[in-house]
Amino acid sequence: MLRKLITTIFILACFILQSTVFPALDFGGVIPNLMVILTSSFGFMRGDRTGLAVGFGCGLLCDIFYGGMLGFYAMIFMYVGFLNGKFSQIFYPEDIKLPLALIVTSDLTVGLVCYVLLFLLRGRFNFSFYLWKVICPEAIYTIVATLFLYPIVLKVNELLEAREKRSAQIFV
Amino acid sequence: MSPVIKKKGERFTLPSKYLLFVFTVICCVAMLLSFGTDVFNIPLNTAVGYLIVPFQEGISKTGSWLSDRSEELVQIRQLIEENEALKGQVADLTAQNTVLQQERYELTRLRELLDLKEKYNQYDSVGARIISRDSGNWYSNFIVDKGYEDGIAVDMNVMAGGGLAGRVTSVGPNWAKVTTIISDDSNVSGAVMPSGNTLIVSGDLQLIRDGVIRFSQLLDEEGQVEVGSKVVTSSISDKFLSDILIGYIDSITLDANNLTKSGQITPVVDFGHLEEVLIITQRKPQIREDEALE
Repeated sequence: MLRKLITTIFILACFILQSTVFPALDFGGVIPNLMVILTSSFGFMRGDRTGLAVGFGCGLLCDIFYGGMLGFYAMIFMYVGFLNGKFSQIFYPEDIKLPLALIVTSDLTVGLVCYVLLFLLRGRFNFSFYLWKVICPEAIYTIVATLFLYPIVLKVNELLEAREKRSAQIFV
Repeated sequence: MSPVIKKKGERFTLPSKYLLFVFTVICCVAMLLSFGTDVFNIPLNTAVGYLIVPFQEGISKTGSWLSDRSEELVQIRQLIEENEALKGQVADLTAQNTVLQQERYELTRLRELLDLKEKYNQYDSVGARIISRDSGNWYSNFIVDKGYEDGIAVDMNVMAGGGLAGRVTSVGPNWAKVTTIISDDSNVSGAVMPSGNTLIVSGDLQLIRDGVIRFSQLLDEEGQVEVGSKVVTSSISDKFLSDILIGYIDSITLDANNLTKSGQITPVVDFGHLEEVLIITQRKPQIREDEALE
């Protein structure tokens, strides 16, 4: 219950930060994608079910406020969370390389899917522009944001896990 | 651990791949439904309106307060110098103002004579503050702190700094989403003043960073349109009220078909530093299909 509450707070806080604070800190007109960091890190930390649910929640928020169609971002983020969850078997909290690689790959994938579905299908063929001016800067900025956000998510997750373990022991 | 307790703790859970399938179907249905209708708009927009918008309002207020204070410190010296110069101007302007007021009185009288009052009436508008911006990097939309409780409705035009900024595309109880004219999915029908040649102004992500927007389909056989011509919203636009300033033509090129011209427009609105906007509460009268048939 506590875990669900904290996850919801994380999603809301990140969405609010991303839409209010980060536009003021933009870097060449590009802002980092905190939603991808959350979805992907909950995915590989907690497995595909959590990843799927967190992705759906994050995407739905983006849809309601900024999407043209409800369910579009929700679906993309849901698959990102689910696929990241498949890596939870080889995830160790001490290792920072796998999370970084997964988050960057996820962000690039989300960028590419958005380009194909939102722009390529409307006849915007200048792929190199969108790759170098939007997708790649966003991925790089997202790595920078990951270095700050990911340790917090990891720490909270560890605390929650320790707490759950304790209560399980009391129960036995 | 004894097997009894383990059995007690076991609950029925759907395997994650079926869960994924179920949610995918839900998303697809939601996409189809929201594409055709707006059944989800009211409940969801209301829910997030009470859950998230208050925080966005607070945070963006703190943010703008902080940036205001830091700017104040930098600008104090400039302001002192400016103040001196402005005091001189005030005297001049007061004199001018008296003359203008007399002229204005004359103008209203003459307009009444010409029966032009209707056309030059200012549109009614309400001010709104921008509280958050697009969470992605693909479109440039923003959220303002007024919603249907303040009388805002979808398709109302939004102005800033004397020019067209965009239109309201989604509305909640205390927030509204504004799609700007520089957003990649926006198209506005415009007209060049004073010749009246129509053109289509479309937002383009590739040009946003250069501070210009694209226009196309300008029919101009006589070559009346030149760089620097004024572009306003056209009276044939079905979402935008007529005669709102969009910007000035920056460059013109003849299309490959030798008939139409396209090029770039510099908008009058500074989209990089928008904080407050005016929402025109009057909407373009729509022709409904059932009425048109009669």
